[in-house]
Amino acid sequence: MIYFDNSATTKIWPSVLSTYEKVANEVWGNPSSLHHLGQVAWNLLQQSRKQIADLYGVEPGEIIFTSGGTEGDNWVIKGTAFAKQQFGKHIITSSVEHAAVRNAMKQLEELGFDVTYLPVDDEGRVNPQDVQDAIRPDTILVSIMAINNEIGTVQPIKEIGEILKKYPNIHYMVDAVQAIGKGVDSMVFSDRVDFATFSGHKFHAPRGTGFVYKKRGRQIAPLIAGGGQEQGLRSGTENTPGDAAMARAVRLVQDGQAESVQRERAIKHKIIEHLKQFDHVRIFSKDDDSFAAHILCFAIVGVRGETVVHAFEEHDIYISTTSACSSKDEDTTSTLSAMKVPKKVAECAVRVSLGDQNTLADADEFNRVFDELYEGFKKIID
Amino acid sequence: MQYDEIMVRYGELSTKGHNRKNFIDRLGSNVRDALHKFPEVKVHANPDRLHVSLNGANSDEVMRHLKLVFGIQNFSPSLKVDKNYDAVCKAAKEMIEEQVKHPITFKIETRRSDHHFEMDTFQMNRELGGYLLQQFPDLLTVDVHHPDLTLRVEIRLNGIFLTSEKVPGAGGLPVGTAGKGMMMLSGGIDSPVAAYLAMKRGVSVEMVHFFSPPYTSEQALAKAKELTGKLAHYCGSINFIQVPFTEIQETIKEKVPEGYLMTVQRRLMLRLAVALAEKRHGLAIFNGESLGQVASQTMQSMRAIEDVTNMPVLRPVLSYDKNEIIKIAKQIGTYDLSILPYEDCCTVFTPPSPKTMPRVDRARKYEQLIDVDGLMQKSLANIKITRIHAGEEFLNQNQDVFADLL
Repeated sequence: MIYFDNSATTKIWPSVLSTYEKVANEVWGNPSSLHHLGQVAWNLLQQSRKQIADLYGVEPGEIIFTSGGTEGDNWVIKGTAFAKQQFGKHIITSSVEHAAVRNAMKQLEELGFDVTYLPVDDEGRVNPQDVQDAIRPDTILVSIMAINNEIGTVQPIKEIGEILKKYPNIHYMVDAVQAIGKGVDSMVFSDRVDFATFSGHKFHAPRGTGFVYKKRGRQIAPLIAGGGQEQGLRSGTENTPGDAAMARAVRLVQDGQAESVQRERAIKHKIIEHLKQFDHVRIFSKDDDSFAAHILCFAIVGVRGETVVHAFEEHDIYISTTSACSSKDEDTTSTLSAMKVPKKVAECAVRVSLGDQNTLADADEFNRVFDELYEGFKKIID
Repeated sequence: MQYDEIMVRYGELSTKGHNRKNFIDRLGSNVRDALHKFPEVKVHANPDRLHVSLNGANSDEVMRHLKLVFGIQNFSPSLKVDKNYDAVCKAAKEMIEEQVKHPITFKIETRRSDHHFEMDTFQMNRELGGYLLQQFPDLLTVDVHHPDLTLRVEIRLNGIFLTSEKVPGAGGLPVGTAGKGMMMLSGGIDSPVAAYLAMKRGVSVEMVHFFSPPYTSEQALAKAKELTGKLAHYCGSINFIQVPFTEIQETIKEKVPEGYLMTVQRRLMLRLAVALAEKRHGLAIFNGESLGQVASQTMQSMRAIEDVTNMPVLRPVLSYDKNEIIKIAKQIGTYDLSILPYEDCCTVFTPPSPKTMPRVDRARKYEQLIDVDGLMQKSLANIKITRIHAGEEFLNQNQDVFADLL
């Protein structure tokens, strides 16, 4: 089997799972309990938090555990809206964000907020100048993803940050769900970024785990009110086993980052070089640093993405039509339509997303299968 | 760079006449204590200098610990090489490569205690200097009067030692040379800073911590112990004396009028600390009081409390502002621990309005309402003494187990 759908989810690492199991069995006290069982759990939770903070060179108090990327995105967006609405109701985002951001924005629009969706160029990239032009006196939030989940564009996070230095009151959020372990830490944690959201299952940690980086001093309203856990910002009994397992996964992913980025680039390069030879193939992801190493989006023009996914599946190779979260929708992909790719082409797009277990041999096998399938597809293309 | 030996220069103690030997012996044992987690390290306290033989221990780690030991003016890590000129050249070249990034002036200074070595000091200075100039023509120029860098070569019987860096030490006097004092450690911000300052002037402190279960928690105790572990970095290890205080506090609460609760309670604490000092050869009591900070720290309060003893009660942070104390606390790494929110014995049973100007005669009178001697005896019979080493942790005892999980 070749699993090429790592942007949808990743397989949990065995040692991460065993941490989860051990903690669930042995450190099961409620971290908020005053007694010994609670204290031990509390200590483990804090040590996990510190480990993540240390790996990114931030403070432990700036890491807040959540249930994943969707929660993080919703929280920072709505939490900013709630906390800052007396200062303004204008929000800036891009037109290629993940649904978790897009639909949170939609909800706010219904509540009377004004959202500007910035256009992107033909590589899916936001122009920093457009951010500058969109800023108004009542702007309270700019939310831009670090790496696009559909085609892998690396967004100009630092450049936008430079612009936002002139507007210190605007919250700057980066959806970093696709960015962990992809060699862009210095961009995600660059000095003007106020918030970054992360999801555990995208880097071999359990489902239902995630964290938000929240710069010290930045205020947002909690979305989940209750017992006051996580500094009162995210109530609910802490997921000690999940958070500890995630802390381990963060460490492992950081340890292996340099090697894995290089390996994924090599695999991606090999597949792109192969795909380039075919007239009917359109490649949306570039083979350089301006795109993530692990995402490759292309279309066999004339063959619907869904068909391609199932055809590869016949050969035990798992890819997806762009974003797995919305791939059952009838709508064509949002990133490609924002790039003004014609609907006819966009609905043919598929995404190969690489991960930990993939090797160069997988690329060879993929290319071989591709040739075979392409022979078959020729009949319907022409 | 991994060094073989560290040469330590003594601080103020070089002026201390015939007490010198005591000072040196004490510093030697303090350094041994501070480096106890490196069993391979050997410490030799000689009259002129102290030598730390690393025997393979990580020199950066060892130096990090040495920087905290009071009584050290500065120290220099050195490389040990075989007794031949080629080996000296090779090591000297490596040192310059590592340490010199911009053009500087330098000189070679040779000392020779092994007079049978083939080269004399002048020859070594000249030839090694010439060799290095030739190797680094863009980086080095000679200046024998005010060099930026002095490369010292010591030719001893057991090898040749090369030294160039000078790392500043913590200064102060070796802990223990001033005698022993009992430090009243609550777990707040001030008392650890006071302990640090006392140690800096050579006081060997023993921590006295009042423990009132169930009104104070195990965590409050663990926090005080962990603070002690942080402070032990400056002297190697510290005795931590936990003194049961529950019964005394309950009795005072029951018998003494509310306005004098705090004053009488403090009098008892001081009495206990003095009793411990007398038993354990302490010469003074130290605490973290800062004038006027809270009700018990007015001069009237100090007078009414100190009334119980003629032993000196010393207050290293007496005249410091809170901000100044916090600054030191952050610098010595106790601040983050100190602000953990566990109740300590000072905050239990605090009356809503304690007297800021208690009177001595009243304090004495109210104290007589309780059986002072009986209560003290009971408490002293149940003290617990723990020797706490540098960096020992108590709040999260599973840290290593957790590290394996994470």
